[in-house]
Amino acid sequence: MAPFAGYDMPISYPTGAVEEHNICRRSVGLFDIDHMGQLIVSGPDADAFVSHTVSGAVLDMKDWDARYSLLLDEQGLVRDDLFVYRLPSVAAGEGRWWIVVNASNLEADFAWFKARAGEWKGKVKVEDVSAETYMIAVQGPRAIELLDLMADREVSAFPRFTSGEIVIEGTKVLFGRTGYTGEDGGELFFPAEKAVAVWEAFIKAGEKHGIETKAIGLAARDSLRFEAGMPLHGHEISPAINALEAGFKWACDFSKPDFIGKKALEAIAAAGLPRKLVGIEITGGVPREGYEVLSPTGAKIGVCVAGMFCPTTKKYAANAFVTPEFAKVGTEVAVMAHGKPKAGLVVKRPLYLPAYRR
Amino acid sequence: MKLDSAARYRSSHEFARKEGNLYVVGISDHAQAALGDIVYVELPEVGKTFAQGDAFGVIESVKAASDLYMPMGGKVAAVNEGLGGDPALVNRDCYGEGWLVKIEAASAAEFNGLMDAATYEKEADKE
Repeated sequence: MAPFAGYDMPISYPTGAVEEHNICRRSVGLFDIDHMGQLIVSGPDADAFVSHTVSGAVLDMKDWDARYSLLLDEQGLVRDDLFVYRLPSVAAGEGRWWIVVNASNLEADFAWFKARAGEWKGKVKVEDVSAETYMIAVQGPRAIELLDLMADREVSAFPRFTSGEIVIEGTKVLFGRTGYTGEDGGELFFPAEKAVAVWEAFIKAGEKHGIETKAIGLAARDSLRFEAGMPLHGHEISPAINALEAGFKWACDFSKPDFIGKKALEAIAAAGLPRKLVGIEITGGVPREGYEVLSPTGAKIGVCVAGMFCPTTKKYAANAFVTPEFAKVGTEVAVMAHGKPKAGLVVKRPLYLPAYRR
Repeated sequence: MKLDSAARYRSSHEFARKEGNLYVVGISDHAQAALGDIVYVELPEVGKTFAQGDAFGVIESVKAASDLYMPMGGKVAAVNEGLGGDPALVNRDCYGEGWLVKIEAASAAEFNGLMDAATYEKEADKE
């Protein structure tokens, strides 16, 4: 166990990090991710407020759609990344949004949303429902099959990046066909007091139906998301990294009249990026966060923000910010590990193409 | 923790065990369990000489990179090539197929100065 954002979290279960990773890639992984935060934004101006406050397009979302977005500051720096769900309205003419934030940013995000909402003259309400909400993820090539066997509705009928209400083990669950592993599956939100019952129902159903289902710790969660090209706050994105250098132009809707950070990002784009996020594979060691990236002539050109052994691709890879002239796929670079330069190559991200993009 | 009663141990969790004219060097079961999944092992070239306590390689797990220290001085006579393709051998069989290097010892006295299995077990339990 290790402290993580105020929670005691398993780095790995007795299964071991690499095997946990492999189980999620071949069958079903269960993730206890209650540390994630959930906010509800509602009110007559909720739609316009969310559209202004997050980077991506949201107004085209239909009820139950779920979409990735960034929470930027005025400088275009990444305060957090989010999943935004549009829920059906419960009061006529009032939008309702379910926003999933990172554990370590919950307090700051809630304060940021609340302060911003204050500018909307009482027409936007922001609630933090994290304490009463439990969150688990069920991910893997057989996750939907398992969910179909357990839920009152056909979960397989939900398209990717949509959500809906299902009942599992007698518990009403908000289910999103989303995830952070590169596999199919979903994320489940339900009353916190049902945590143990729902968790155990998955373990039992896996056993009953002969679908290998195991708990997955933080280390495997990290290697799964890393291979699939998804960012981890504090690594590929942070309040010291802007959305464009991290490669998140696709999560910013520049056709919106305005969003927080838009002007700054337009200026950054016009001036040209001084560094870019790239994937690097090395031989002769494991690249890790903080290791320097060198040019073939030994000049410092960047730094690794994450790095590891990738259990599925069987490569040693890093994500690094490097100067743009070294950002092209196929460029030879070196990574300093234990005082020795290790040969590396800039490679295409993601290292592992998510199931739903194949 | 599993122990090899024929081996002697250094406080940094490497062991040495006499095999013919050579000493086999590896890491203890306690060490492999603490490191977690081992994903890379960097070993020295055959023929290189190290003193007792010298760093002779690096072992990398999912969690971290750790230096390997020579439990006794000597010349590297063989390295475990099998770890290149399967570093998890250290997790599965640290006293057997997961050995690291074999050395021609400089002095047998250094071996006798290491902890025996029972003493090492007590030391490791304190951590």
